[in-house]
Amino acid sequence: MLRDMMANFELYQPTAIDHALNLMNRYGDDGWVLAGGQDSFDWFKDRAKKPKAVIDINGIDDLHGIRETADGIEIGALTTLTEIETSALIKEKYGVLADAARHVASPQIRNAGTIGGNVCQDTRCWYYRYGLDCYRAGGNTCYADTPEGIDREHCLFGADRCIAVSPSDTAPALVALDARMIVVNGDGEKEVQAEDFFIGPDVDIMRMTILQPGDLLKSIVIPNTWAGARFYFEKVAERNTWDFALVNIASAMKVDNNAIADIRLACGGVACVPMRLTVVEEVVKGSSPNGASADLAASAASRGATPLNYNGFKIPLMESLVKRAIRES
Amino acid sequence: MNTNFSHEVVFSDDAAMERAGMSRRDFIKGIIATGASISAMEYVFGGCAGDMGSAPGAVERLISLNVNGRVRRVDVLPQETLAMTLRYKLGLTGTKLGCDRGECGACTVLVDDVAMYSCSTLTHRVRGRSVVTVEGLEGEDGALHPVQRAFIEELGPQCGFCTPGQVMSAVALLEINPSPTREETRVAMSGNLCRCGAYDNYLNSVMRAAKEAS
Repeated sequence: MLRDMMANFELYQPTAIDHALNLMNRYGDDGWVLAGGQDSFDWFKDRAKKPKAVIDINGIDDLHGIRETADGIEIGALTTLTEIETSALIKEKYGVLADAARHVASPQIRNAGTIGGNVCQDTRCWYYRYGLDCYRAGGNTCYADTPEGIDREHCLFGADRCIAVSPSDTAPALVALDARMIVVNGDGEKEVQAEDFFIGPDVDIMRMTILQPGDLLKSIVIPNTWAGARFYFEKVAERNTWDFALVNIASAMKVDNNAIADIRLACGGVACVPMRLTVVEEVVKGSSPNGASADLAASAASRGATPLNYNGFKIPLMESLVKRAIRES
Repeated sequence: MNTNFSHEVVFSDDAAMERAGMSRRDFIKGIIATGASISAMEYVFGGCAGDMGSAPGAVERLISLNVNGRVRRVDVLPQETLAMTLRYKLGLTGTKLGCDRGECGACTVLVDDVAMYSCSTLTHRVRGRSVVTVEGLEGEDGALHPVQRAFIEELGPQCGFCTPGQVMSAVALLEINPSPTREETRVAMSGNLCRCGAYDNYLNSVMRAAKEAS
């Protein structure tokens, strides 16, 4: 048990964004931004990451809370998953996000874990988590993608040396809702589409988001484009609590005269990013949300999937989830 | 100073302890609560504590914590988790450490009435907030909390290791939802593992506590 004591670091608890950014700039790669901590502490206890300074941003009031804006809502990055799950506003208008938040980990983790942390968390590939010198850790091999590697949880799409997948439940919901991420750094603020916020190994093998050292995710803006649409969220995992998704799906659909007028779907657990299924969207637009469209959507969804040794089951799983999203939302 | 604090030193003479009318648990708790704990601290935190001073602007180590309604001064390392502080510095060993990874729930405590894994909470995060552990549930007259009574009446625990965490999760649930359905209770208690598999007994206990409070 005692081996789990974390190595020492300096702890800063800034109360203003500027102060946090200064600290992040001062420490660069030796600094670590701590939100809910539910992912960070694993890294520290395993001694796989040893930052010199931990910048606990929880005391920054500007980063908390859900605000209604003229054209949607803005969710502070430190809003807890429990707050999102129980927010009347989110449940009423953007139910798919509340649903996704409710499926994360366990109640206590949702009480501490934040939406910002959930979308910025690192992949769960255990070879990488174990602290091995894989591609993602700066090395020159992948331990999962070998004849002996256990790659059951790994990707179907977008493999490029690394075959890790996006672990987040809320990320597909944010992509389906066409959310925008507000990122601040020393130079000011910038806005990025949720879809472009997440990056695969082909873009940068050592990061899962566009955040660079010195960048801080400030808030997430959800436009009211999809407010009150028909939503669907489902997560399939070994266990109902704690576990990460094998595959999850989030969709938002507008139906007009029994025809799908518009739709956005995103799937987690199948690629390094929450993957937007644009081909499926195009295939089903204009048709009725029935069994026939669902079948068509399913075969379109898995087109191009490249199974590894042990993750072939993810193809029918993904297809089933897509079918249900079309048929049952 | 005995920095080794081997188990032998503590456990060598059970018979002598018994003669003194002391249980092993009282003895260990006594050690933690007194100055003798300094040597234990070396053992627990040995090799982790850096130099005593902190960088300008970083957190101060000597802080006040509100635990079970009492304000206590305690020296806390920057990287120290609440579970470590409660168990090894404040002697509140009712809070258990199971996995130390936020994956079992044995260390669940209330922070401002919300259930948290104390193994996955930095102690410095709870400055100025109110922490309640299983020791803080009993009334001033020493009467058990209604949830604790219900756990006894329904034979909730089997081995008992996960029980303090289960109790805290149940208290947190009944705080916000005094009459939960069995399904709501299942969800609220789902962050606490029980290796004996006494889940149904725990559910019965929480349902009884809710019923008796209403």
